[in-house]
Amino acid sequence: MTLNLRAIRAIYLFEMARTWRTPLQSILSPVISTSLYFVVFGSAIGSRITEIDGVSYGAFIVPGLIMLLLLTQSVSNASFGIYFPKFLGTIYELLSAPISFIEIVLGYVGAAATKSIILGLLILATAWLFVPLRIEHPVWMLAFLVLTAVTFSLFGFIIGIWADGIEKLQTVPLLIITPLTFLGGTFYSIGVLPPIWQTLTLFNPVVYLVSGFRWSFYGIADVDVGISLAVTLLFLALCLVAVWWIFKTGYRLKN
Amino acid sequence: MQSIISVANLSKTYASGFQALKRIDLEIRRGEIFALLGPNGAGKTTLIGIICGIVTPSEGRVLVDGHDIVTDYRAARSMIGLVPQELTTDAFETVWATVTFSRGLFGKPADPTHITKILKELSLWDKKDSKIMTLSGGMKRRVLIAKALSHQPQILFLDEPTAGVDVELRKDMWQVVRSLRDSGVTIILTTHYIAEAEDMADRIGVINNGDIILVEDKVELMRKLGTKQLTIELQKQLDAVPDALAAHRLTLSADGGNLVYTYDTQSERTGITALLAELNHAGIRFRDLHTTQSSLEDIFVDLVRQDR
Repeated sequence: MTLNLRAIRAIYLFEMARTWRTPLQSILSPVISTSLYFVVFGSAIGSRITEIDGVSYGAFIVPGLIMLLLLTQSVSNASFGIYFPKFLGTIYELLSAPISFIEIVLGYVGAAATKSIILGLLILATAWLFVPLRIEHPVWMLAFLVLTAVTFSLFGFIIGIWADGIEKLQTVPLLIITPLTFLGGTFYSIGVLPPIWQTLTLFNPVVYLVSGFRWSFYGIADVDVGISLAVTLLFLALCLVAVWWIFKTGYRLKN
Repeated sequence: MQSIISVANLSKTYASGFQALKRIDLEIRRGEIFALLGPNGAGKTTLIGIICGIVTPSEGRVLVDGHDIVTDYRAARSMIGLVPQELTTDAFETVWATVTFSRGLFGKPADPTHITKILKELSLWDKKDSKIMTLSGGMKRRVLIAKALSHQPQILFLDEPTAGVDVELRKDMWQVVRSLRDSGVTIILTTHYIAEAEDMADRIGVINNGDIILVEDKVELMRKLGTKQLTIELQKQLDAVPDALAAHRLTLSADGGNLVYTYDTQSERTGITALLAELNHAGIRFRDLHTTQSSLEDIFVDLVRQDR
């Protein structure tokens, strides 16, 4: 089977154009809102909080905040990207085009992930201005960045197909992703929690993402980096299976 | 002639239990304009949806130029352009961007010359940089047609293309359809304006309650099912059809001023000469004569009524 590369390119460019059309909302606002955390927690309050494992508090929270942004942006981007054609009815064109689900997913998820990665790098650059950063394993840092962006864009794509109303579309990022990220060790090391909460926290997948990502910066981790990687890959695999099933059965796409 | 679309034993039952298509067989000839007529909910859009890949069939098989629409969907779909019934367009994109996108989606290399030509033919050229949401309904319809033609399809589906469209656009559109047909494109259209089918189509199919109840060459259909009526305007009103003329199938109009004779154009003898002679013999004088032929609309209404 040969892929319809032109179709992937068409979808990808179409989705990227959507981003550039609204630069304030798509790029500037997430970058500013995340930067506020650096200003408040890094510079203002951070100086009164003791270092964690030899890392200043402002620097400690940077990997977690980038993760927070990656997760919410990937999910909302990818879910809106596919929800809108469904909502407007323009999905007819995707369904009647000579393309398979692989091309559709590569186009939509690729564009959503690209945008998240760009945002993540912008936040990283902004953080540099406010807090002292170091990156011990830059290759792993990029690998975690890309892997997370792709995985959660895929997750967002699934949400976008599942959602049959705007409310559902916004519920998942707001009610699931954000709490999981805040409770997933973005602002603290899970070592500070009481033992019972430490155990419960391990059921939160975001813990592994944040921990692995922070390890690539400072070499410190709440859980072993291998396990972090494995959990991320497992989640990616689950999303791939879900997408495959969706297109196989036509779930919420075809009658 | 080899069929370009071959539908065999095709059924569709929706999850709700509604059976939209009941074991349909249909052959579309290469290069023809085929009009599919039927009342609302008859299954027209479902049939088109299945052929184009939007609706999953429950049973049966469809071949597009020999390619199975399920197992060989890439080859099948790349031949087809679809103009959907609903005005489903993007909102924020420009006309140029959305039409270019469609071409890419179908795997064709970018071709600004072709896109320019289509936009000009559809009088969209001066709107090419406008956002779609700023366009009128008729203009959006043109955009949908331009998208469908962007990848140079061999087969074009037009699902109710003229619903809610003004006269000028309708003319433009039929001009485009005719020139497409002249270049060898097969066109399948559904319409509510039966006059359009009568005007445009080579063959007519009538679908009702999920069944194809008739497929016929248009001229043949009009000839076979078309009856002709001869209306005789009388000089003096009559109270009833005179006994002397009872042998003829005559009806008297309500005001008694016209005699209407219904005859079959197919038969050897229409009986007109004899009728006129007998009118003369009976001393009934008339002012004028005219004949009318039943339109496709009459035929269609009759067929669908019979089927109920």
